[in-house]
Amino acid sequence: MTTLLTAVVVILAIVAIVQIVRIFEVSSTMSGEDEPQTGQPTKKENDLFGKIMLLMGAGLVIFSIWSFFSWGDYTLPKPASEHGIETDRLLWITFGVIGLVYLITQPLLFWFAYKYRGRKGQKATYIEHNNKLEAIWTIIPTIVLAVIILYGIFTWTSIMNPEYEEEPIVVELYAKQFGWTARLAGEDNILGEANVRFIEGANTLGIDENDFNGLDDIIVDELHLPVGKPVLLKMRSQDVIHSAYIPHFRVQMNCVPGTVTQFGFTPNITTAEMRQDSKVMRQIAHINELRDDMGEEPYEFDFVLLCNKICGSAHYNMQLKIVVETEEEYNQWLKEQKTFAETL
Amino acid sequence: MAAEVHSQDHHHEETFLTKYIFSMDHKMIGKQFLITGIIMGLIGMGMSLLFRLQLAWPDKSFPILDTFLGKWSDDGVMDPNIYLALVTIHGTIMVFFVLTAGLSGTFSNLLIPLQIGARDMASGFINMLSYWFFFLSSVVMVASLFVPDGPAAAGWTIYPPLSALPQAMPGSGMGMTLWLVSMTLFIASSLLGALNYIVTVLNLRTKGMSMTRLPLTIWAFFVTAILGVLSFPVLFSAALLLLFDRSMGTSFYLSDIFVGGEVLGYSGGSPILYEHLFWFLGHPEVYIILLPALGITSEVIATNSRKPIFGYRAMVGSILMIAFLSFIVWGHHMFVTGMNPFLGTVFTFTTLLIAIPSAVKAFNYLTTLWKGNLQMTPAMLFSIGLVSTFITGGLTGIILGDSALDINVHDTYFVVAHFHIVMGLSAIFGMYAGIYHWFPKMFGRMMIRPLGYIHFVLTFVAAYGVFYPMHFLGLAGLPRRYYTNTSFPMFDNLADINVIISVFAILGGIAQVIFLFNFFYCALRGKRSPQNPWRSNTLEWTTPVKHIHGNWPGEIPEVHRWPYDYSKPGMDEDFVPQIVPIHDNEEASGH
Ligand code: HEM
Ligand SMILES: [Cu+2]
Ligand SMILES: [Cu+2]
Repeated sequence: MTTLLTAVVVILAIVAIVQIVRIFEVSSTMSGEDEPQTGQPTKKENDLFGKIMLLMGAGLVIFSIWSFFSWGDYTLPKPASEHGIETDRLLWITFGVIGLVYLITQPLLFWFAYKYRGRKGQKATYIEHNNKLEAIWTIIPTIVLAVIILYGIFTWTSIMNPEYEEEPIVVELYAKQFGWTARLAGEDNILGEANVRFIEGANTLGIDENDFNGLDDIIVDELHLPVGKPVLLKMRSQDVIHSAYIPHFRVQMNCVPGTVTQFGFTPNITTAEMRQDSKVMRQIAHINELRDDMGEEPYEFDFVLLCNKICGSAHYNMQLKIVVETEEEYNQWLKEQKTFAETL
Repeated sequence: MAAEVHSQDHHHEETFLTKYIFSMDHKMIGKQFLITGIIMGLIGMGMSLLFRLQLAWPDKSFPILDTFLGKWSDDGVMDPNIYLALVTIHGTIMVFFVLTAGLSGTFSNLLIPLQIGARDMASGFINMLSYWFFFLSSVVMVASLFVPDGPAAAGWTIYPPLSALPQAMPGSGMGMTLWLVSMTLFIASSLLGALNYIVTVLNLRTKGMSMTRLPLTIWAFFVTAILGVLSFPVLFSAALLLLFDRSMGTSFYLSDIFVGGEVLGYSGGSPILYEHLFWFLGHPEVYIILLPALGITSEVIATNSRKPIFGYRAMVGSILMIAFLSFIVWGHHMFVTGMNPFLGTVFTFTTLLIAIPSAVKAFNYLTTLWKGNLQMTPAMLFSIGLVSTFITGGLTGIILGDSALDINVHDTYFVVAHFHIVMGLSAIFGMYAGIYHWFPKMFGRMMIRPLGYIHFVLTFVAAYGVFYPMHFLGLAGLPRRYYTNTSFPMFDNLADINVIISVFAILGGIAQVIFLFNFFYCALRGKRSPQNPWRSNTLEWTTPVKHIHGNWPGEIPEVHRWPYDYSKPGMDEDFVPQIVPIHDNEEASGH
């Protein structure tokens, strides 16, 4: 059936093309232009395509604006980390600026295409340059960019060099083909030395069994974090480059074999609170409607760690659930976990 | 004059082989680049349609996948590894084979000698070699699709260790070796070509053709060639070290790796070194792709607005500025690799600086259209399309270039949207503008205009339809290079956007069939073209319609003015070719 349909469409398309070519040939012989001295379009074509450009430009601008309203709800909900509030603010300011530039330049472009289309009697004005205009549109972007650059650099620096009032909880995110494991630093808040060369049997993360600091480490495949406490993530990879990406926290850092990378952040909303957020609720309702149609189980919101650097065949399916909860709940959970020493 | 002697001793018989295959004539070599590029483009586009099917309808079965993918497709559903391979080869083909060789190879070859008034390239032989290296490189790349374990699949950036270890993915075996061989040939080709372009522009300009009278096309090709010469060798060194790591057990990029159940013997290397080397080429490469398209657009917009290009000197200045800056921004691809965060601030600064010369270019295009007498040829429409995509894509670059913002959108579909619009669409539009504009020069025939119009309208709509929605996928946190989005329920609601994208992609594919028909039909059977179909000023339109070796039958014409004297007050016609001397009572333009 589909093959038949495709064949019909292809045949129709070919017929249409042949017809158009015919019309073109007939119309050009009728006007007696055997040896045209120019290939320029006719005034009529200029007129028509000036209008079509205006139409397409208007379509583009309307589509762009419409998409923000109708697809804006698909974008990530409010940030669930302290620095995320900063970066989101910067993001929307930047969007404001570039949106403004977009909404000025695109309509202007298509308007010019329409306004100055080569109709009958249209004449071009000889203008080589205009130093004043050029100075203006060099200086204004420079100033605007200077502001964005300074704001950006300042935000970046404060994210990358966090100042701690209390000691951050140290957590290792360990990536391998294809899965994540998290390791909490335990009572001493110091991660034990580790290297893939120590991997053996149950010691799948390659923790140095002779390093005293590692004995109280806690290895989990669902990470819990207390709300409002600074966390320092340390990333390690077993094989190829992965990237630890937690979109709701606005956190991302590559996991590079041979080195340890890090990213510090403070979660500021619990999973339970996030589930009550109006945008999250709208998204989840929509998702569950779709899942219901496909006969799949309903889904509940959770923070999740994904891999965001191509790492092989199951790159698309590396996940680790993250739960942000109150300090009491966290301590409760922590008590139930086994230390590294206990698993040996 | 030596050049004339040269033109005379070429009246000997040419065989089919020397005329069409092992040609040393720049015009023929240009056409060879173009046709090879078009074929590679078809392959690249076909691949994208296959993986768009997978992304939009992951759980449906498509018999067509079995047809094309054979053992890598099971009951009409593709294998995850081949998905990655398709993405990888698609990217490689589009970036290097279509938009580097196919675009700059075609038009630099065709236009440099013709527009500067030279009989041919400085070295016809090296020029021929450049094409044949490219051809071989294409053959090897296509051949790599047929090796048992499949082609390279580590992304077009082939970051090690993934690309270095066959244990890490099947594509990193024989497929990756062929990828590296192919790229080495490609680098040789592009260096040979670029050296030739530089030397030709510097030494073979005709009398009166000062650098400030060069058409902006030539400026763009010239600067592109310089970028290529400075950056491709660095890619070569990156590839060479990778080859050592792969086959000789060195540890430039590798350290402490446990894969396939065992620890490997590498220690002390760092993949981040590879990333630096790769992006040192990688970022200039995006301008190697883009600048020729901008050059073509400058020429097409000025000619068809019947107006001088606005701010010629600013245009040249911004090309030079962009070229210079493009060498010091590569780190914006590496903000979250674990590179020293201080470098992040430096690269944010340099990256956002590029927006200034880019903005100058966009404004100058706008003001060139302003108060013009626009001739809406298909080439002109594509050029206007380029200005539109250049603005859209350039603006999202301001977000990606800001390290603080890149944290959350890096490697998501937002990046895919950005670089396809600013680089992919702009360069493709520029390439189409160039083909429609110089087709009469290449084949002595005209293309069918109505088909060109249909092609433009469909392509423009499809292009935005495919890439604009991807911004929202990225802002929803959707990572790129995912075989399917179904393993994360949080992305379930994005399914309908993915369907829309794929439908537009198919529409875009169909639109290109119209172009192909137009191109090949008219190359053989199109109407004869007049000598100067667009009433243009530049030198190529003073050569005979039927190609001759040496370009001009008599002496090479002398140039008396810049190329943009359109609609000059006091002149009879709305164009004054560069070969027309300045009249006694004419006010000379500043050039
Ligand atoms: C004007 C021509 C431009 C071209 C041809 C271009 C091309 C590209 C390409 C190919 C990528 C993809 C890299 C990948 O595979 O990860 C990319 C990413 C990027 N572009 Fe552009 N770009 C252009 C303009 C800009 C501008 C104006 C900016 C900033 C002001 C910018 C900033 C970036 C950044 C920061 C990335 C990396 C994003 C990431 O990986 O997260 N680009 N660009
Ligand atoms: Cu991955
Ligand atoms: Cu770059």
